[in-house]
Amino acid sequence: MNELQPTVDREIVASIVGVSKVYKLGGHTVRALDNVSIDFRQGDFVAIMGSSGSGKSTLLNLLGCLDRPDSGQYILAGRDVAAMDDETLSRIRGRYLGFIFQSYNLIQQLSVVENIEVPLSYQRPPLPGGRERCLKLAELVGLSGRLGHRPTELSGGQQQRVAIARALVNNPHVILADEPTGNLDTATSHEIMDLLDALNRAGRTIVMVTHENDIAERARRIVRLRDGRIDTISEVRPALPVVSGSIALERL
Amino acid sequence: MSLLQQLRLGFRSLMLHKLRSALAVLGILIGVTAVIWLVAMGEGVSYQAQQQIKDLGATSIIIRSIKPSEESSRDVGSRFGISYGLLRDDYERIVTNVPTISRAVPMREISREVRHREYAIDGQAIGCTPDYFGMNRLTIARGRAISEVDMKGYANVVVLAWEAARKLFPIEDPLGRAVQIGTEFYVVVGIAAERTAAAAIGGSLDARQYDRDVYIPLSTFRARIGDRVFTLRAGTTQLETVELTQITAVVEDMKEVDATADIIRSLLQRYHKSVDYAVVVPKELLEQAETMRAMFNVLLLLIAGISLLVGGIGIMNIMLATVTERTREIGIRRALGATKGEIVRQFLCETVVLAGTGGLLGVAFGFLCGPTVNGVRMAVGAFLPEVWSALPPNIRNLEPRLAPWSIIAAFAISVGVGILFGIYPARRAASMDPIEALRHE
Ligand SMILES: Nc1ncnc2c1ncn2[C@@H]1O[C@H](COP(=O)(O)OP(=O)(O)O)[C@@H](O)[C@H]1O
Ligand SMILES: [Mg+2]
Repeated sequence: MNELQPTVDREIVASIVGVSKVYKLGGHTVRALDNVSIDFRQGDFVAIMGSSGSGKSTLLNLLGCLDRPDSGQYILAGRDVAAMDDETLSRIRGRYLGFIFQSYNLIQQLSVVENIEVPLSYQRPPLPGGRERCLKLAELVGLSGRLGHRPTELSGGQQQRVAIARALVNNPHVILADEPTGNLDTATSHEIMDLLDALNRAGRTIVMVTHENDIAERARRIVRLRDGRIDTISEVRPALPVVSGSIALERL
Repeated sequence: MSLLQQLRLGFRSLMLHKLRSALAVLGILIGVTAVIWLVAMGEGVSYQAQQQIKDLGATSIIIRSIKPSEESSRDVGSRFGISYGLLRDDYERIVTNVPTISRAVPMREISREVRHREYAIDGQAIGCTPDYFGMNRLTIARGRAISEVDMKGYANVVVLAWEAARKLFPIEDPLGRAVQIGTEFYVVVGIAAERTAAAAIGGSLDARQYDRDVYIPLSTFRARIGDRVFTLRAGTTQLETVELTQITAVVEDMKEVDATADIIRSLLQRYHKSVDYAVVVPKELLEQAETMRAMFNVLLLLIAGISLLVGGIGIMNIMLATVTERTREIGIRRALGATKGEIVRQFLCETVVLAGTGGLLGVAFGFLCGPTVNGVRMAVGAFLPEVWSALPPNIRNLEPRLAPWSIIAAFAISVGVGILFGIYPARRAASMDPIEALRHE
């Protein structure tokens, strides 16, 4: 059946073109990103690797619209984000992106289900069926029994599951994860990777920073950075076969 | 997020630091309560003063005899004692020469012991005409007032004030019985209804009390007691000659009061060598009281402003601490799509919850003003009777009056203060760089 299908290029969801980011520290300048270009297609699962200071976080912050490049373009959902003002960037983060952090970054005074709900409160216009969606996602990440718990009452792995559910609640185009397993033991790390893998199989686009080889191996592509430039891009597994992506996405 | 949800969220965040939030609320609460209480007391005092002044009548002019100071009285003094004050001729002159006056009522007053059997009071014997009762809005509860017949016949009759009757006749019916005023006996023909005190006038600090008064005909007063009276002062008896203690003149129209008072002043000036009289215009007192009240309210607003400012600074302090503490949360919310405006709104909501809670509690405590003042009054009356009796009647009788405007204003200002002092911390929260905020701690 695969052979019968023509090779259709997957839709590009995020694309950076010739992006540079320069930090001035005292007298000298640091080129955190130096003329980087890369496309992310729908269903991609990219691991960004590189030594400390190579520009991984800077790249992820740019992709996450938390920062703007000094030069170059960043096209997200067909629009150039590089020139947008703060409010529009906030709206784009809320609408098209999902974040997973190394230290989970849940809000301490909110319960599990309320934490999952947070991105919904910043949707303009609001997404329909909010609470229901939160409950479904909590079930998906295996936390149905802990809806009323506070983050401090959960293990690290459980907290990261809450964060993943929260990253999915706005049905984002791209999920950005900065060392999502950095604070977890090996067994729990692989449970989290199983979850991300399942999401990717369902059509989710994931960009993940990691410095662990065995974690990076679970992605489809590995991008290695060195001194703010792309050193190598290697394919680990073939790209996800074309499916009717948007339908698959809606299921999660 | 709806406003209600935001307020709920703000409340929950504040509940994370209960003591700290409670202290911020306390700051506003005290400010709001202080405003409401002070205004209520001020309104109570000025209401009392206004009632007393109105009692004197806005169309009346009161002319009182005033004893000259000690030095001048020594000059005047002889073995016949001193002579001062209003004369019966003054009364005639005023009545005949001042056309705007519709009615004038003379009165002579002296302190005398009043007795009935073993019961005695330090009474005020008041020699008056029948008009005196209507003029002072004294109503007769039982029996009758002093009449023209009493005046013509120099009758030995007396009308007792309600309190005087109660004290002198605890058991018996006073009507028809005799009381002794000084050395003379008088038959009780009437009892005046209860009457609250009127404003202080003409040099005396105390408000005019009616409860120790005994009323006799002015003619009888002159015949039995006379103009010359001995008073005991600083161990020596002194002889004083006074014809009339007071003349109350009433004009038809309130607009004529000031001009009439001026005419009376110049008339009296012509016949009196020294100023041994005072012309008091209640209308002027009323205007003075209004001015005092306005000044008092300005002062209160100043105090209110200061206390709410202090409360506001307390809130700002706490919000700045909150913002620093929750830098991480701010970073998270920004990453998840919150705009700067939404962060500002979130923290403003918290300050509004703080200030609003303080405001509401302050209003609640404000309503306790009346009961508290009554409680304090009862406690002082019960446990410190000497202190109680030493207090001026204006304070003893003080009834705080809650002013609706002060409640609304205090609450509105407290919320306004919350917003005003919350803006800076909230903007500081919103202006944080999301990346920096996420990296915090
Ligand atoms: N806010 C900043 N100010 C100055 N220099 C920065 C800042 N953020 C990153 N850098 C510099 O940019 C380079 C890349 O940083 P980063 O992207 O954090 O690297 P990585 O995440 O790969 O360790 C480093 O040399 C770092 O010192
Ligand atoms: Mg990094």
